[in-house]
Amino acid sequence: MAYLAMATGFLLILIGFYGALTNRNLLRMIVAFTIADTGVNIVIVAIGYMRGRTAPILDSTVSAAAAVQRIIDPVPQALVLTAIVIGLGVTALMLAYAYKLYEKKRTLDIARFTELKG
Amino acid sequence: MVKRLIALALLAVFGAVFATLLLGYTPDSELNLTARYYAERTAAELGAANIVTAIVVTYRGLDTLGEVTVLFLAAAIVGLVLANSRPGQARERAPVGELLTTGTRFLVPMILLLGVYVFVNGHLTPGGGFQGGAIIASAVLLMLLANPLRHFSHNLIAAIESLAGLFYVTLGLAGLFLAGGFLDNRILPLGNLGELISAGAIPVIYSLIGLKVGAEFSSMLASLAETEEL
Repeated sequence: MAYLAMATGFLLILIGFYGALTNRNLLRMIVAFTIADTGVNIVIVAIGYMRGRTAPILDSTVSAAAAVQRIIDPVPQALVLTAIVIGLGVTALMLAYAYKLYEKKRTLDIARFTELKG
Repeated sequence: MVKRLIALALLAVFGAVFATLLLGYTPDSELNLTARYYAERTAAELGAANIVTAIVVTYRGLDTLGEVTVLFLAAAIVGLVLANSRPGQARERAPVGELLTTGTRFLVPMILLLGVYVFVNGHLTPGGGFQGGAIIASAVLLMLLANPLRHFSHNLIAAIESLAGLFYVTLGLAGLFLAGGFLDNRILPLGNLGELISAGAIPVIYSLIGLKVGAEFSSMLASLAETEEL
C-alpha cells in the first residue's frame, strides 16, 4: 500500500516535470508544477505510513499509553500540512506573475520572453 | 524535437533516481525517535488529542508562525503585483444562472460553519486552522463565482488578518512569561483529553490561524478576481 502510494507520488512528480519541461504555455507550466507538488506531498505522506497502524489522533480506540504501538508517524503529516499551504501560496504568486507577463506581452508563450537571452 | 528528447532524457534520469529510492525503501516497523517523543509526550504535556496539531501549533509553533508569515507575504505580493490591474469599469457579463445564485445563498453559511467547526476542533479531529481557513476561503470563491463583480472589502480582510496575527503573536509572547516558552499552550488549563475546551491555548491559537489563513486566501482570491480581463 505504501509502495503503491509512493509509486503514484513519484509518477506524479515525473508527469509534472514532463509537463513543465515540454509545455511553452505559462498556465500549463503552472498546472504542471502543482501536479509535481502533489506528487511530492503524496511521497512524504507515504513515507510516514506504517502497516496496521492508525491515524495519530488519540481517542477511545487509541489510548495515550498505547499510542507508540498504535499510530503512524505524525511528523510527515505535519510537514505536508505546511507544504500544501505554501504550495498554494506559490501557485497564487505564479498566477499573478503570469497575469502580469501576459499584460505586458499579450502572450503566455514562454519562448517569446527573450529579455534574458544573451 | 531535440528539446523534447532532452526533457525525456532528464526525466529518465529522475525516473531512475526515484526507482532506486522506491526499491530501496523499507517501511519502518517502529516509530523513529522524533515520532516516538511526540507520541509519548503529547497527551501528558499538551493535552491535545490530535498529535499532528500538537506538533504544528506547539512543538513546532515557531515554524508555523513562519509559515503563516510566508503565506501573508504571498498574499501581499499577489495584491501588490495585481494592484495596478484594477479595472476602470466592469464589462457586461452573461448572468451566471439561477441555480448557482440560489445555491450560493444556501451553501455559503453552511460552508462558513463547516470551516469554523474544522478549525475549532483542530486539536480533536483531523483538521485545523489551515484546513478551516481554506474552507472559509472556498465560500468566498463560491460567492465570486456566483457574482464575479462582487466587491470584497480589502480593509475588512486586512483588519481580520492583522488582528488575528496580532493576537497570535501576543498569545505566543504570553507563553514566554506564563509558561515554558514562546507559543507554549499551557498558559490556559489543559482540561481533559478529548474535550472541546482542552489542550490549553491550542484551540485559540488554531482558531486565530484559521481566521488569518481564511483572510489571506480570500484576499488572494479577491485580488485575482478584481483583475481586468485582457
